[in-house]
Amino acid sequence: MLKPITILVSVDSNSALLGARHYKNYLSQLVKKYNLDSITDVLETGSFGNYGEGVLISILPENIHYSVKSEKDIELIVQEYLLKGRRVPSLVVEKIEKEETEEKKKNVEERVVLRNAGEIDPKNINEYIAKDGYQALAKVLNEERIEVINKVKESGLRGRGGAGFPTGMKWEFTYKVDNPEKYVICNADEGEPGTFKDRLIMEGDPHSVIEGMAIAAYAVGANKGYIYIRGEYFESISNLRKAIEQAYEYGLLGDNILDSGFNFDLSVRLGAGAYVCGEETALIESIEGKSGRPRLKPPYPPVSGLYGKPTVVNNVETYASVPPIIINGPDWFKVLGTSNSAGTKVFSLCGNLINKGIVEVKMGTTVSDLVYNFGGGIRDGKAIKMIQTGGAAGTFIKPEEMNTPLDFDSMKNYGISLGSGVILAINEDHCAVDVALNLMEFFEHESCGKCTPCREGTKVIVDILHKFSKGQGSEELFNSLYDIAETMEASAFCGLGQAVPIPLRSILDRFKDEFMAHVGVDEAPCGVCKFPKKKKKVH
Amino acid sequence: MSRDEIRKTVEDIYVRVSNESLEKGDVLLNTLHEIQDHYNNFIPVEAAEELHDITGVPLSKIYEVLSFYTMFSTEKRGQYVIRICKSLPCHVDGGAEVVEALKEKLGIDFGETTEDGVFTLEQSSCLGLCGVSPVMMINEEAYGNLTPEKVKTIIDDVKDGKRSDVNA
Repeated sequence: MLKPITILVSVDSNSALLGARHYKNYLSQLVKKYNLDSITDVLETGSFGNYGEGVLISILPENIHYSVKSEKDIELIVQEYLLKGRRVPSLVVEKIEKEETEEKKKNVEERVVLRNAGEIDPKNINEYIAKDGYQALAKVLNEERIEVINKVKESGLRGRGGAGFPTGMKWEFTYKVDNPEKYVICNADEGEPGTFKDRLIMEGDPHSVIEGMAIAAYAVGANKGYIYIRGEYFESISNLRKAIEQAYEYGLLGDNILDSGFNFDLSVRLGAGAYVCGEETALIESIEGKSGRPRLKPPYPPVSGLYGKPTVVNNVETYASVPPIIINGPDWFKVLGTSNSAGTKVFSLCGNLINKGIVEVKMGTTVSDLVYNFGGGIRDGKAIKMIQTGGAAGTFIKPEEMNTPLDFDSMKNYGISLGSGVILAINEDHCAVDVALNLMEFFEHESCGKCTPCREGTKVIVDILHKFSKGQGSEELFNSLYDIAETMEASAFCGLGQAVPIPLRSILDRFKDEFMAHVGVDEAPCGVCKFPKKKKKVH
Repeated sequence: MSRDEIRKTVEDIYVRVSNESLEKGDVLLNTLHEIQDHYNNFIPVEAAEELHDITGVPLSKIYEVLSFYTMFSTEKRGQYVIRICKSLPCHVDGGAEVVEALKEKLGIDFGETTEDGVFTLEQSSCLGLCGVSPVMMINEEAYGNLTPEKVKTIIDDVKDGKRSDVNA
C-alpha cells in the first residue's frame, strides 16, 4: 500500500559519497521515532541530475526538493515539514524556472538514455513499467527478427563505448551466423578515466539495460546473456541483480517470455580491477574465468566470441538507447543527432569545471557548449589550459579548438575524439609534462603484458617523461616519444596499446614548448614538477 | 580455522554462486570475490586449494587469475582496504595532495598495511566517480570531494566506528 507521504533520497554514487545513505538511515530513524512510519515511506532513488554540495531529497506528493548537508538539516525537515507541515525555505532547491530565458534554453538536455534516471525508484520494476518499460520488448516479440535489426540499422545507432561501430550491423553479423547457441554481453566494465555515465545509467535505470539486451538477444537469436560490471561498482551490481530478479518474477526474463516462445537468461559477472577487460575479447576471456588478456582478431565476437560462439558485445549506453528507438521509431532517433551520428550522447564532465557531472545532449554539441553552458566554466576564476576529450585514450586540445562539434566524425574531420564522452577540463595551474606523465603511468599500470610493444612501450614512455619532470629531458628524448608512438600504433596487439599514441601525440604536438622549457634549466618552470637539487661544485 | 571449516565455507560459497551460472566455468571470478569478502579482503591459499579440489580448476590457474586482477589479494590485508584514485580527473583536481595527506596520516605507502592491521592503502585507476573528484573507496563505500583535511577526519571516523555507511 502506498503511504500518503513519500520521501525520495537520491542515493546515486555521487550523492552516496556526500553521505546520502547515512542521511537516509537517519531520516528513517527519525520517522520511526516520531511514529510517522505508518504514513511515510523513505525510499532511495537514482540521481536527480544536478550535483550541488548537498544530497537531494524530494518529498511527494508536494514535489519539493531539499538539499541536505548535515544531520541537522534532516532534523529540521522532520520537525518543520513532517511534524508541523511547514516548508523549510533555507533548504529548498528551486527547480528549473518555468519561464525560460534564452540563456537557460541553451542548457536544456535531451534525455533519451537518462529518461528515467532520478524519476523512478530503480529498485522497483513497477515504476519502470509505468514509464512504458518493457513495451519495446513486447512489441519486437511480435515482429520478425530481421525487422528489428533493420530498425536499429535505420536509426543509425552506433556503439557508445568509444569505437562507434554501427550497432545494427553488429547485430546483423551475429544474426547471420547459423548457430543454435549465441550470446549477448553488456560491457559495463566502465574504466575509461573520466567516464562515469554507465554507472549512472545502471544505478538510475537498470531495467533499460535489461530490456535493451533482451531485444538484442531476440533479434540475433541468443538465449543467454551476461552483464560484465567492474568489481568496484558495488551499487550498480546490486541494482542490476535486483532488477534481474524482478524481471524473472514478472516473466520478462527466463522461459517463454510474454508467451512468445522466446527464452532468455541473464546473469551478472564481476570484473576485478583490470582496465584491459573493457576490450571486448579480454572481457570474454574474463567471463570464461581467465585472466583478461585480449584475443587475436579476427575472428570478431559476432562470429566467434564467448566459448567460441557468435556473440554481441555492446556498451551499457548503447543497450539503454534501444527501447526508445523501438517505441518512437528510427527516424525520431536519427533527427536528434548529426548526419553520421544519430541520437544523443551522455557526456561526463570532470576536472576543474564548476559543474561536474553527467549531461545528455544531442550529438554534435560543441566542446565549448559542454565546458561553458553545461560545465559552468573553470572554477576559482582560473583560465583553462587544455581539455582532454574522449577519455584517457582521447585527445588533448587547446582552448582555441573548443568550437569543435563532437560526434563520431570529429576524429576524422578535426582530429578530436568523442570516445566515451569525457570532457576533462584542466586549468592553468597544471603542467603538460606532469599531465602526460600521470596519464602514461595509467597505461603502464593497465597494460596487460601480453605484447611487447605495449608492455615495454608504456614503460619507456613513462621513464622518458620522468626524466623531463626531473629536468633531465632533451630534444632527442622528446622526438623519441614519437618513435615509440609510431611503433605502438603499428604493432600493439589490441586497442589499448594502439590507442596510447593518440593522447601522447596530441599533448606533445600542442605543448612542445612547455616540454622544452623543462630542458637545460635548474629549476622547474611550471611549479608542479620538482627537479632534484644540483650538488654544489666543490672548489 | 580448521581445514574442514575452510572446506565447508568454500563449498557453501561455490554452491550459492553457482546459482547464477549459465555455462560451465563462468563463475570463477564471482566465487573468488565472495571468498575474498568472507576472509576479510584476501584469499588464503587453503581456500584456493579447496576451490581447486571442488571445481577441478588447476591451482596454478587460480593463482594466475588472482595475481592478474588488482582487486584480488593472496596476502593478508587490513580490515579496511582504501582504494584511492590516481587517474587524471582526480589528479588535476587536488588528488595529488590528497594522496600525500593520506600516506602521511596512515604512515604507509601504497600496497602496505598499517601495523594495527586496520587499513591497507592501494592506488586505483579511475573509480568512475569523477563528478565529485578527488575520490577514494573504503571497502564498499565511496568518499568524494576530498581534501587533505577531510581524508584525515574520515580515517579517524572510520577507526572510531562513527560512520553508519561503512562496513568492515
